[in-house]
Amino acid sequence: MQVVLNWGRRYSLWVFNFGLACCAIEFISASMARHDFIRLGVIPFAPGPRQSDLMVVSGTVTDKMAPAIRRLYDQMPEPKYVISFGACSNSGGPYWDSYCVTKGVDQLIPVDVYVPGCPPRPEALLHGIVTLQEQIAAETPGQARSRSGSRYADRPVTAGEVTRDLVAPPAQD
Amino acid sequence: MSSRDVDVTLGAAGVGGLSTTEMVLNIGPQHPATHGVLRLRITADGERITAAEPVIGYMHRGAEKLFEVRDYRQIMVLANRHDWLSAFNNEVGVALTVEHLLEMEVPERATWARTLLCELGRVLNHLMFLGSYPHELGAITPMFYSFREREEIQAVMEEYSGGRMHFMATRVGGLLHDLPEGWLDRVDAAVSTVRSRLPDLTGLVLGNEILQGRTRGIGVLDLDTVLAYGVSGPIARASGLDVDLRRDEPYLAYGELFGEDGPGRVVTREAGDCYARLDVLVEQIQVSLDLVEACTARLRDLGPGPISSRLPKKLKVPAGEHYCASENPLGLNGYYLVSRGDTVPHRLKLRSASFNNVQVLREMLPGTVVADMVAILGSMFFVVGDIDK
Repeated sequence: MQVVLNWGRRYSLWVFNFGLACCAIEFISASMARHDFIRLGVIPFAPGPRQSDLMVVSGTVTDKMAPAIRRLYDQMPEPKYVISFGACSNSGGPYWDSYCVTKGVDQLIPVDVYVPGCPPRPEALLHGIVTLQEQIAAETPGQARSRSGSRYADRPVTAGEVTRDLVAPPAQD
Repeated sequence: MSSRDVDVTLGAAGVGGLSTTEMVLNIGPQHPATHGVLRLRITADGERITAAEPVIGYMHRGAEKLFEVRDYRQIMVLANRHDWLSAFNNEVGVALTVEHLLEMEVPERATWARTLLCELGRVLNHLMFLGSYPHELGAITPMFYSFREREEIQAVMEEYSGGRMHFMATRVGGLLHDLPEGWLDRVDAAVSTVRSRLPDLTGLVLGNEILQGRTRGIGVLDLDTVLAYGVSGPIARASGLDVDLRRDEPYLAYGELFGEDGPGRVVTREAGDCYARLDVLVEQIQVSLDLVEACTARLRDLGPGPISSRLPKKLKVPAGEHYCASENPLGLNGYYLVSRGDTVPHRLKLRSASFNNVQVLREMLPGTVVADMVAILGSMFFVVGDIDK
């Protein structure tokens, strides 16, 4: 039973592409004829988060965008998986010292697979998907996966909680 | 929030004396048609849009502030990422600005190679929109054709630079390394492949009755609005504004290419509607392919030579300020550099094309119907990173 469930889940991942920046273009490349991730059972035609199993966060997550990401993640039905695609959503990437970039989407939502690169090649995404499918094959249905998350990742939160207040301007001398 | 959003106007007489209310509709920030995270707040009276306001900032990454703590070599990394569809053109723009302030001479071979890569970048950019715009209108097939051509060109770019999107091939004073042996032939082969297959794609897009029906006469942008909002690039040229910095204020090797009997020509249209904008893109691809072939021919004539100039270990730019503008695929990109003689800029301001091009939506959208909104939005050919920087 477990084998059948996992088999079904791993090969019919309807993906919701959270395309934010440059990486989204490489995500589209990966879905096109040359790389074609549909042959792995990943279907990029989910009408919205409520009909999808996998969210691919591709691009820079800014503090202004963070609540929207959390809200859309919460709308996805269980079981749900997240691939963080690219350096920006892994850790902030080249914007690691920016005042308005969230340093890693794993501060907001639990991430299953990180794909490194800036932007990663489409082949890297294919490898990330295969890795995720191996993880799905090994899991026990009905049991929550052990999610290593920071602040908000492993507990239900509202989008309001991840909204950051405006930063006060520096005091004038 | 404006007062219009709060109190809906009640009692406006609709069809048959029915009272109607205005509806505020949020498009985005995450919406498939905004290819990125542009948000539009639209006020609609029935099917008619009465007001539209682009809400920007979802992709603001603070690049301009980060420039101030990166040295001139590192700036390229961020500069080519703000508009990710014209990465190479952005790098070159920053490099030119810094070189002007340094009064540095760039080897001729490097200038021609940069021009070649810029034009390949322009083709990549236009092909993306040629695929994504029909996709937004509901036609999925053109996307596959345009990405086939994109992969072809990306392959040669990758053979030179090692990157598929962010090439990072420009250095202050030249290019990263010399052109690989036989690479120019590979470029010519790729160009002729793309050129031979391009009619398939353009016929599929421009020749499509449905697409024509949805774009002809829709979203007409008149010349006065273009001038008032500082719209530039293919969008402005589709409205009849005959401005192209490659011809009017030549940089790189464009002076010669757009000269008397050069292959370069400025593409303009008069209609100013969505179809004209798409048509300009299609013809610009042809022009860019011509320019690429002229560049490879020229580079063969030039023969071997230096491709970059030696830089000191610590690259300090003398104090001063300089503004340099370049014709990016999406429009006019300006770089205003203020240096205080340090290894980092005091300020590097970006004047990005998409920012101005998107502001004009608040003039264009009112009066149109909601169904045309996506057609107009998509035809503005913007990159969200270029709006928010």
